[in-house]
Amino acid sequence: MLTYILRRVALALSVILATLVSTFLLFFAGPSDPAQAMCPETRCNPARLEQITKSLGLDKPLSQQFLEYFKGLFVGRDFTYAGDTVHCGAPCLGYSFSTRQSVNTELFTRFPNTVVLALMAAVVFVTVGVTLGIIAAIRRGTPADRGIIGSSQTFGAIPYYVLALLVALYPVVLWNILPQYAPISAGVGPYFLGMLAPALILGLYTSTSYTRYTRNSMLETLSMDYIRTARSKGIPERTVLVKHGFRAAMSPIVTILGLDIAALLTGTLITEQIFGVDGIGRRTLAAFRAQDLPVIMGSVLIGAAVVVIMNLVVDIAYSFIDPRVRLQ
Amino acid sequence: MTATANAIPTQAAEATSVGDVVLDVQDLSVAFPTEEGLVKAVSNLSYQARLGRTLAIVGESGSGKSVSSMAVLGLHNPKRTQITGSIKLDGIELVGAPQSTFQKIRSTKAAMVFQDPQSALHPFHKIGKQIAEAYLAHNKVSKAVAEKRAIEMLDLVGIPNPKRRALQFPHEFSGGMRQRAMIALGLVNNPKLLIADEPTTALDVTVQAQILDLVNDLQKEFGSAVILITHDLAVVAETADDIVVMYAGRGVEKGDAKEVLAQPSHPYTYGLLQSLPSHSEDLTELKAIQGSPPSLLNLPPGCSFHPRCDFKSQVPGDACWTELPEWRPTPGLANRQIRCHLTDPVGTLQEDEGVR
Ligand SMILES: Nc1ncnc2c1ncn2[C@@H]1O[C@H](COP(=O)(O)OP(=O)(O)OP(=O)(O)O)[C@@H](O)[C@H]1O
Ligand code: SF4
Ligand SMILES: [Mg+2]
Repeated sequence: MLTYILRRVALALSVILATLVSTFLLFFAGPSDPAQAMCPETRCNPARLEQITKSLGLDKPLSQQFLEYFKGLFVGRDFTYAGDTVHCGAPCLGYSFSTRQSVNTELFTRFPNTVVLALMAAVVFVTVGVTLGIIAAIRRGTPADRGIIGSSQTFGAIPYYVLALLVALYPVVLWNILPQYAPISAGVGPYFLGMLAPALILGLYTSTSYTRYTRNSMLETLSMDYIRTARSKGIPERTVLVKHGFRAAMSPIVTILGLDIAALLTGTLITEQIFGVDGIGRRTLAAFRAQDLPVIMGSVLIGAAVVVIMNLVVDIAYSFIDPRVRLQ
Repeated sequence: MTATANAIPTQAAEATSVGDVVLDVQDLSVAFPTEEGLVKAVSNLSYQARLGRTLAIVGESGSGKSVSSMAVLGLHNPKRTQITGSIKLDGIELVGAPQSTFQKIRSTKAAMVFQDPQSALHPFHKIGKQIAEAYLAHNKVSKAVAEKRAIEMLDLVGIPNPKRRALQFPHEFSGGMRQRAMIALGLVNNPKLLIADEPTTALDVTVQAQILDLVNDLQKEFGSAVILITHDLAVVAETADDIVVMYAGRGVEKGDAKEVLAQPSHPYTYGLLQSLPSHSEDLTELKAIQGSPPSLLNLPPGCSFHPRCDFKSQVPGDACWTELPEWRPTPGLANRQIRCHLTDPVGTLQEDEGVR
């Protein structure tokens, strides 16, 4: 188990490194010019442009920039800006080109908002999706099944941003049924209430695919020979469904769930944007617009780490659910 | 080998001594409504299983062997299966019985060992727990007692080191061991009837013999009735007392197992035996029954076997095409019944064998 985890961590680190290198190279290979993006339109001249380029460290060779970035990650580095030198301790993600804030602060103050939103949504889609999927599977072929499948298909066929916009517009902004997003500084109550609308819509929308996965998985499980064996023991049907059916049906769902949560943690971009949630997705989008390389690199780093960690969590969880799976 | 099996009276009361009827299936039909139409998997099947005896059900793949025996345990989805006729298990009528009745008789009066032990045990649950669960369901005992019982059962079916094995998962067992565990599960509540549905098909040859021996030994020990579903006529010859031959959901011949194998009196049984390698000295003569089983959506009129039967021309008129043959005693043989229009089936088939 321990060697397994160590091996996985080593693998994880190389994945993250590769992601960082490619982000870096892609950024410079593309038509990006952060200095130009930051140069005030009205007063921009070659001298000013050069000054900005220099202050961002963009005049140095690529390899050196990258090495410095890495040094920052592991041992920290010093930044000189307008004559002042500040030390940025490890793991240093640098300073935002556009806001001059430490990327660590920029991202780690926002990341919790994304986590809260993602987890609240996950609670919604797991409960709603799995419950409906199980009901549909057990009541297979009945009006209940058709109703659940039909409505979840219809709901899932509407483009997500349309739904999100409608919810943001009507119940939240116009009718004031659901409160708007408030930062945590406004208090714990308003904060969580404000998360309700985005978490609900994100959760309900995602639940449609969970209804489908769960129904399929449960039906497949219920057709297994071991379910027939369980029935032939003379135990109550409920026990057959719960003890023998449910757990087996859930094991493939756990994998999907882990990866979905990872995807949400890397930024629930549309939702954050539409509901004004100050999360990591929204910040990254802004960074892309501003060609703000350090922030982009920072969120890529967080994203890669999240994906890698969730994969590990899924594998470990899986080995607890299915005794045939041994970690090695 | 008792030629008097038919003479033992059928009774509705509980079966208690060797030869008593435990399972009395009369006129059983099982059909599945599907999108393409009604799949008539079993039609008007009748047979009896008796304490202390092994009944073999044989027939080609798809002839309804599994479907008919699963009906005994109520394992078909009631909403999607039409079952008519009568299944009396130890005097209890099961056709149309509520799930609560099935729940009571499962494992206590009848248990089933399935074909593929690989998939028939739950991959997530420990072997001992799986067996104990069946015991717990029908006995007011503590978990510890049930688990002890499970270990005893594992020991009984010849699993070495049962205490340790009970704590393992199915994937840690070999195929033969798994099938032994299935048998232990089947017998944990001392059922009067054990249905073994091709219990050895998924196992390799040496293990097959061990499993069959085990079933035989346990039957002797417990005196229960065994229904052995199989393709393998060699297995029938070795282990069965009685036999029912099924074709396209119907019984076509029944009687004493060894007698039927020695002298079949239905063209289909005859064909099955002819297709066995041991039956013809010259291997080139090996003759499979021509054609394939009919669609269960659309059974041929008259005798279902007529499209494949070599002997229909010997029946006067067009009875084979138009009239479903009823059960009748085979002329000239004691304790034998067939569904065939041939006037002198024994003579006709003997003559054919002489020609070959
Ligand atoms: N739930 C169902 N719905 C529709 N058809 C079914 C269903 N269950 C079984 N059948 C059909 O009933 C027929 C008889 O099946 P059964 O499993 O009893 O055959 P079998 O004699 O046991 O064959 P094998 O030797 O291959 O096990 C098959 O054609 C099968 O496709
Ligand atoms: S009834 Fe006719 S078709 Fe059917 S088995 Fe007998 S001879 Fe053949
Ligand atoms: Mg079968």
